[in-house]
Amino acid sequence: MESKNWIGFNKGLWQEEINVRDFIQSNYNEYTGDSSFLSGATERTNALMKKVEGLFALERQFGGVLDIDTATVSSLTSYSPGYIDKENEIIVGMQTNRPLKRGVNPFGGIRMARQACKAYGYKLSDKIEEEFRYRTTHNDGVFRAYTDEMRAARKCHVITGLPDAYGRGRIIGDYRRVALYGVDKLIEEKQKDKAMLSTESFDTEQIRLDEELFQQIAFLGYMKEMAMMYGFDISLPAQNAKEAIQWTYFAYLASIKEQNGAAMSLGRVSTFFDIYIERDIKNGTLTEEGAQELMDDFVMKLRIARHLRTPEYNELFGGDPMWITEAVGGVGEDGRTLVTKNSFRVLNTLYTLGSSPEPNLTVLWSKNLPENFKKFCAKVSKDTNSIQYENDDLMRPIYGDDYAIACCVSAMKVGKQMQFFGARCNLPKLMLIAINGGYDTSSNIHIGPQMPVLEGDKLTFEAVMERLDIYLPWLSHLYVNTMNIIHYMHDKYAYEKTQMALHDTTVDRFMAFGVAGLSVITDSLSAIKYANVKPIRNEEGYIVEFETTGEFPKYGNDDDRVDLIAKDMTRKVITELRKTKTYRNAIHTLSVLTITSNVMYGKNTAATPDGRKAGEPFAPGANPMHNREENGALASLNSVAKLSYDDCRDGISNTFSITPDALGKTNDEQIDNLVTILDGYFAKMAHHINVNVMTRETLMKAYENPEEYPNLTIRVSGYAVHFNKLSREQQREVISRTFHEAI
Amino acid sequence: MSKGYIHSFQSLGTVDGPGVRFVVFFQGCNLRCKCCHNPDTWAKVGDSKLFEASEVLRRVLRYKEYFKDNGGITLSGGEPLLQPNFAKEIFALCKENGINTCLDTSGSIINNDVLALLDVTDRVLLDVKYTENSLYLENVGCSINLPLEFLGILNERNISTTLRQVIIPTVNDSIENINKLYEIAKSHKCVDKVELLPFRKICQTKYDEMNIPFSFAALPTPTKKDIEHLNSFLFEYALNTSPSV
Repeated sequence: MESKNWIGFNKGLWQEEINVRDFIQSNYNEYTGDSSFLSGATERTNALMKKVEGLFALERQFGGVLDIDTATVSSLTSYSPGYIDKENEIIVGMQTNRPLKRGVNPFGGIRMARQACKAYGYKLSDKIEEEFRYRTTHNDGVFRAYTDEMRAARKCHVITGLPDAYGRGRIIGDYRRVALYGVDKLIEEKQKDKAMLSTESFDTEQIRLDEELFQQIAFLGYMKEMAMMYGFDISLPAQNAKEAIQWTYFAYLASIKEQNGAAMSLGRVSTFFDIYIERDIKNGTLTEEGAQELMDDFVMKLRIARHLRTPEYNELFGGDPMWITEAVGGVGEDGRTLVTKNSFRVLNTLYTLGSSPEPNLTVLWSKNLPENFKKFCAKVSKDTNSIQYENDDLMRPIYGDDYAIACCVSAMKVGKQMQFFGARCNLPKLMLIAINGGYDTSSNIHIGPQMPVLEGDKLTFEAVMERLDIYLPWLSHLYVNTMNIIHYMHDKYAYEKTQMALHDTTVDRFMAFGVAGLSVITDSLSAIKYANVKPIRNEEGYIVEFETTGEFPKYGNDDDRVDLIAKDMTRKVITELRKTKTYRNAIHTLSVLTITSNVMYGKNTAATPDGRKAGEPFAPGANPMHNREENGALASLNSVAKLSYDDCRDGISNTFSITPDALGKTNDEQIDNLVTILDGYFAKMAHHINVNVMTRETLMKAYENPEEYPNLTIRVSGYAVHFNKLSREQQREVISRTFHEAI
Repeated sequence: MSKGYIHSFQSLGTVDGPGVRFVVFFQGCNLRCKCCHNPDTWAKVGDSKLFEASEVLRRVLRYKEYFKDNGGITLSGGEPLLQPNFAKEIFALCKENGINTCLDTSGSIINNDVLALLDVTDRVLLDVKYTENSLYLENVGCSINLPLEFLGILNERNISTTLRQVIIPTVNDSIENINKLYEIAKSHKCVDKVELLPFRKICQTKYDEMNIPFSFAALPTPTKKDIEHLNSFLFEYALNTSPSV
């Protein structure tokens, strides 16, 4: 195929089939220089951003939600066009008719939409209530099928955060396809796929796919209508950089109008855009300043994206996140890095627009990235605490060179793989249930196989592991079945038509399980193995506390005696999960990631043998427990690096806070040393790291005087938040974390 | 293989020698400096543990990925020169494994074992605590001639050296002192950097825990500006913030 809008691009396979990767590989220019070419914000950008800042301030004043449209069900064409400042916007498109006004999306569950409205002083309109009386939501479907045991597991929080009342998210549409091919071509290809399908014999799978294709095609049509409402015809390929960004943004916008998934990630667009920008600059139709302005405007739009959530949801996922994750950098299979000038520009938005949690900028780190780019990343990290790093050298052999990150740490090939998101199970609680013979002392619920409470005045490692070998298989089976129900119902009642239209028709699916409290169960097992752990029983004979005496090695000190317990634990979990068949033959994966839910999980968990008291927060993700590290920062990093990515294919999140002084004496030294630390950590085949360079004092000040720190951004667990958007409890937990200090 | 007393390990050292360094704090010190921020390392044994050099190497090797071309191991303390054979064994093993070696010392002990240690030392961070002998005698407990003699040896052997001095307001924060320090640097070509470290009092809690007096507790601490001002009198030595190995 040919298009006049492709003039100037190198020819390739991408013209014969939908293949954005081939387009990128055939056309991009690697950039190895430094950041000196970058432009600052223009007057127009500053003025527009000032308006946006004003809206943010207003939103804070209104208690976190500026406005809700309670009478309209969010969809692609259900709102009239909205603007921040129509005359001065370069990239346009709003989720509703006004910036920061939130739409309601009851398809995941009407109850959640109703409660969210109520929590902010609104009432869901009677019209919507009435409409959904005759509709089955995803939430309705799930609860029709849940067994008693699933409800009990949910109630006692041994499995928490299940996406059974809202959109599951973690699906990344290949939004670039709209820019490269135009919607008409995408519809044509889907129609061909649908026609092809009719030649096969129709079983459940085929019929479901056939209906899904129908929906995908319909929603591609709505996407065109939506763009038309803003005055753009996106039927054909984008003609220039501005259109490429606008078309891509429309595709993303359509997705977040249709779905309120927990994580609505963007993918890997920066280097794709660079190709258009370079062509325009070569043609003399765009300047560097103009290019930065385009990216600034695009990013500004991403920063005002919002979903309506309930306060309970915010307890799990603090800070009102969208996880608009953009993967930057990485290396191509031919050895050229995928770093372009636009990789710098997207990071530069943290200067032109100020630091910010969204979009969730994720650098795909490789030892082979250009030194100049590495240094720029380290500088941005140091200045803004807004970026995270993931190991491209570890992921590239598995996912190739056109994968992206959904949410925080979930890798998938863009447009070719998707995942069924599945929250996490609480490992320390599982251990406590196991030693209590199927009883959860914090919720007083009997659950799982019933047997006597472990006897004796000293817990032995063998006895506890024997119990875990009974309860882990039980929980794993229950967990997979619960997920199967959730995703069956989500496909049935809240299918992601827009995002899946931007995937190949045949996709690989992952089912992403998770664990919380890894460091707590690890240190607890280490205490049982190396120290003396005396169980304390209540009147009914259940173990409710522990008296731990003696020394034991703690996770986070690069000590194999305990670190390998953590590694073995994740292996055990994924091995057990794999024994139960998944819905749509999804591939089982496992993450060690908590978001901010580590606070919530800890709150619902009784005392543990490692010395953690009842209700105390867990460490986030794969982090060692706070302040148990005795040998400094690198020892802590080495402990985390021992967890195997083969066992934890859905990601291993580590949040690292270090004071500037601990990185070195001068600015240049600090930057160089941060680069060195990242190189070293990833050479150890570690997966992920959030980097904060700040002092505890700064956070304390922000805790005391939040109004003085409206933009203070901090990486928490796979994403960044505005510190002042966290709950007080979450803030205290972040402050209590280990800050690696100068010695 | 000899064993030695080690106070603790710090896996991320960025202020004791160039690049990213694994720092080993030796137990035991022959001096009793009034400004000392590690009084817990004074006693010969204290709360330390005995380690074999091979065990230290095994630990260091776990961090090799972080060292790149300028990082490595730093022995600090305490005073590493009190256990020169142990220190030498560690350094020799590190050098066999391509790890850069750096010694943080007061330079107040000179004997054959110490000289042998220098054979496997790539860089020395030499604490020249004062430039006046009277201050040495009063606040350190040895003569200034010892560190100066040590520096002479480093110069003869052409071992890259960083001079370090803790700046204590009212004691050694004068420009005359910095000028003298500059002269010392200038007259030893092995010196490529001079670092002024601000006197700090966060060690007070350690003194309290050990129930011993912190002699300099009442003295003020210098500001960043004070240090920058004094740095300006060090000219080329202060500017070189990232020395070559």
